[in-house]
Amino acid sequence: MLEEFLTQFFRAWVVGGAICVIGQLLFDVAHLTPAHTMSLMVSAGSILGILGLYPLLVDFAGMGAMLPISSFGNTLVDGASSGLDSQGFIGIFSGMLQPVSTGVTAAVLFGFAAALLAKPKS
Amino acid sequence: MRVKPQPEPWYQMIVQRHTPPRRVWCNCLCAFIGGGLLCSLAQSALFVLMEFGRLTRQEAAPLVLLGVILLTALLTGLGIYDRLGQKAGAGLAVPISGFANSVAASMMEHQSEGLVLGSGCNSFKLAGAVIVFGIVSAFSVTALKGLIRLLLG
Repeated sequence: MLEEFLTQFFRAWVVGGAICVIGQLLFDVAHLTPAHTMSLMVSAGSILGILGLYPLLVDFAGMGAMLPISSFGNTLVDGASSGLDSQGFIGIFSGMLQPVSTGVTAAVLFGFAAALLAKPKS
Repeated sequence: MRVKPQPEPWYQMIVQRHTPPRRVWCNCLCAFIGGGLLCSLAQSALFVLMEFGRLTRQEAAPLVLLGVILLTALLTGLGIYDRLGQKAGAGLAVPISGFANSVAASMMEHQSEGLVLGSGCNSFKLAGAVIVFGIVSAFSVTALKGLIRLLLG
């Protein structure tokens, strides 16, 4: 079990770290703003998702692939695809945001709580 | 007449020649360590939930995401996340915690303009770009897939 744990730990580190390095290179070498970088990575994630490559990466690296923002695009495609399969074209609209709901709802809710409770430092 | 070579341009030239690659390498290393550590800690939490909590991956993954986002909001509220983010660069901006941080930070930053006009209206400043381009690109590729499937029968 320890071996299994270390394998997962290592894989998540390498893949997650590598995706972050790509982001850092887009910042430093391509001189993109954070907003441009995030948009690019989300779009790349959705394209890799529809090609079936991103799910393979998730199977391999677990959180290493699920935590970076590119997984947001993949999860959107995942929801849209399952909507397309179950309800046809309209399913793209109704299914798109379902799997990302956890992340967006939590970010808004906890962000709002932070804004209510904390005073900005600078 | 010739101007005597100053130490300043020399220094600037040397600095310019040497600094950018070193900074890029250093930043990349920091991003790799910061982002990788975050991802592998999240993976450890997932592993514990799956092994000892007897959850499937489908059940455990949202819990881990929730935990990461809650922790991020907490650290952002305490002002720690920004300091860590300056060191790790993209390592803490690219993961979902960067998304949560951007929402929480812009809500806190515009607090003084009021809860609705400040926090509410400015909450999705950076995250809005992610959501818009995520939905646009996901819709495009999925609609394309549907059309191709329709055409091929």
